[in-house]
Amino acid sequence: MIELNKDNFDQEVLQAEGPVIVDFWGTKCEPCKALMPDVERLAEQYKDKIKFCKLNTTENRRLAISQKVMGLPTFIVYKNGAKVKEISGADNCTPEAIENLIKENI
Amino acid sequence: MIYISKFERGRIMDKVYDVAIIGGGPAGLSAGLYASRGRLDTVIIEKGRWGGQAATTEELENYPGSIEHPTGPKLTERMREQAKAFGTEFISDEVIGFDLSDKIKVIKLKEREIKAKAIIVATGAQHVNLGVPGEDTFRGKGVSYCATCDADFFTELEVVVVGGGDAAVEEAIYLTKFAEKVTIVHRRNEFRAAKSIVEKALANDKIHVIWDTVVEEIYGDGIVEGVKLKNVKTGEITDYRTDGVFIFVGTRPVSDLVKGIVDMDEKGYIITDAEMRTSVEGIFAAGDVRNTPLRQVITAAADGAIAAISAEKYIDKTFGH
Repeated sequence: MIELNKDNFDQEVLQAEGPVIVDFWGTKCEPCKALMPDVERLAEQYKDKIKFCKLNTTENRRLAISQKVMGLPTFIVYKNGAKVKEISGADNCTPEAIENLIKENI
Repeated sequence: MIYISKFERGRIMDKVYDVAIIGGGPAGLSAGLYASRGRLDTVIIEKGRWGGQAATTEELENYPGSIEHPTGPKLTERMREQAKAFGTEFISDEVIGFDLSDKIKVIKLKEREIKAKAIIVATGAQHVNLGVPGEDTFRGKGVSYCATCDADFFTELEVVVVGGGDAAVEEAIYLTKFAEKVTIVHRRNEFRAAKSIVEKALANDKIHVIWDTVVEEIYGDGIVEGVKLKNVKTGEITDYRTDGVFIFVGTRPVSDLVKGIVDMDEKGYIITDAEMRTSVEGIFAAGDVRNTPLRQVITAAADGAIAAISAEKYIDKTFGH
């Protein structure tokens, strides 16, 4: 999974060919950390269909806010430089929901 | 988390655990520890994060003995390590059904089936929504139920905390480390929370309280910009500018998975006796999911221990060890 920051976000996400999914997480966000193994599994499973990236919002707060992310966990699918769909909150970001988000957008 | 190979899976399919614990929070982890110490073959099944609600609580100052390292995640991680050291197994999966036709109970998970002699339901509780317009729209855009997850985003901003119990007051104090101003909105004229924490909150310059008031609506443009407040005594409605709304208005039991199987009260809490026995022999309940006068990490851990011992007694009596 690609680690994003303010230097590569534009290139890796907004200028990417094809769909990109970004996992917005934080170092003190326990639900985010609990999801990591599933996210990594999905990244491996769907690696040919969608690009997986993650953004540590604790270290890149301004970038997260620029993407209108103010709650964790959040997963956003981008296509052609624009947000297509997002899910947010521990209740909504279950492994199934994340997989559905991927399937709907590949 | 254990990874089971196809070869082992075949073997495990026939394995009959002594105790299967559903839920990996303090109640489940404590039950696991006690059951394993009693040399019972024990497994804990958890669908989400290990440690339960406590794992998202930064400061857990009321768990006896935790004064040195009071963080929730650290405490629950130690509980897990301790259970593991005694032989408890852990499965990350979700329970989707049961077959209780035989005294060897079958628990159906998403990825496999587990057989066990006794079951301990320790599925805990989850947060209750406020149920107001804008709450869903702005989830993750200013509306939050997890201070440790989202406090960062409100650094130097203003937030509203809704609630009047321990969670609301404690999290409001936690939020003052980040936000410039924290306003607690509570529908009564005094907090339910423990007096010492209330004193601490009221002494904090960044905390401001609005009593006898409820949040009627959350609004904004893309992200939260304000809330409509209503004074429950006067009926007066006002607009209150804010950047975030943290909701801590209570919890409800995660008991749907055993609905129709064990007796529950009208709110869905599982009814148990003093030994954690439910209305079904061989099924026990522990922690926040059961009918208990107090829902704390310490009571959950105690319930887990009692449930494990009760399960052991049941197994001896029913299966003869």
